[in-house]
Amino acid sequence: MEINAKSMDRNLLLELSGEIDHHGARDAMREMELAVDAALPKKLVLDMAGVTFMDSSGIALILRAQQRMCLLDGSVLVCHVPEQAKRVLDAAGIGRLVTIR
Amino acid sequence: MKSKAMNEVALEFPSRSSNEGFARSAVACFAAQMDPTLNELEDIKTAVSEAVTNAIVHAYPDSIGKVLVKARVCPGNVLEITVKDHGKGIPDIDKAREPMFTTGGEERSGMGFTIMESFMDKLVVRSVPGKGTSVTMKKKLAPRMKAGK
Repeated sequence: MEINAKSMDRNLLLELSGEIDHHGARDAMREMELAVDAALPKKLVLDMAGVTFMDSSGIALILRAQQRMCLLDGSVLVCHVPEQAKRVLDAAGIGRLVTIR
Repeated sequence: MKSKAMNEVALEFPSRSSNEGFARSAVACFAAQMDPTLNELEDIKTAVSEAVTNAIVHAYPDSIGKVLVKARVCPGNVLEITVKDHGKGIPDIDKAREPMFTTGGEERSGMGFTIMESFMDKLVVRSVPGKGTSVTMKKKLAPRMKAGK
């Protein structure tokens, strides 16, 4: 999977693409944390438009983003979630914990 | 009793995480003969990914062992998938199946079994500590009208 970061006015946009599974999860998590630590955003947007497959590793990634932003007193928005990834998030009830649009 | 398979395939590979993508794609390719919908195919891929990841992360935490994946086409348009390992086993299966429970690292969510349960129709987990674990999942695929019939 790949992460493309764009930062502006303390908003950080991370565009995720490819397959999110356990194989790439550790690197993806580190990359996300480095991007958040560098930008110290008020708002983090995870754009999942380019995600072609996601398993529960994606849930861990989103929850980690949420924790990280909580420490910064900021918010997380997950957007453009493809159908398959949406079903994974729904099965886990993640919509109750994180804003998904 | 085991129903007779109309077709089956078995894959065996070392528990390297780079094989996760291969395993789910291979099972999806095999399932394609059942004429699944795109949603069904994605459900199958997701469930296989979870089961294989469990074997890789939990069965062999400090070593590389063998993971066996079997897929069978059973009567009634049912796909049966078994993911088996000879790893360390699960001491408490009920606990392991609870949502958010994980003994994995911070990159694990503890939602693997919950997703397998919700994406497949039936999930049976057997495990003997020190001997290994087998996860069998079944999914009945919706019958579809064949073109021209």
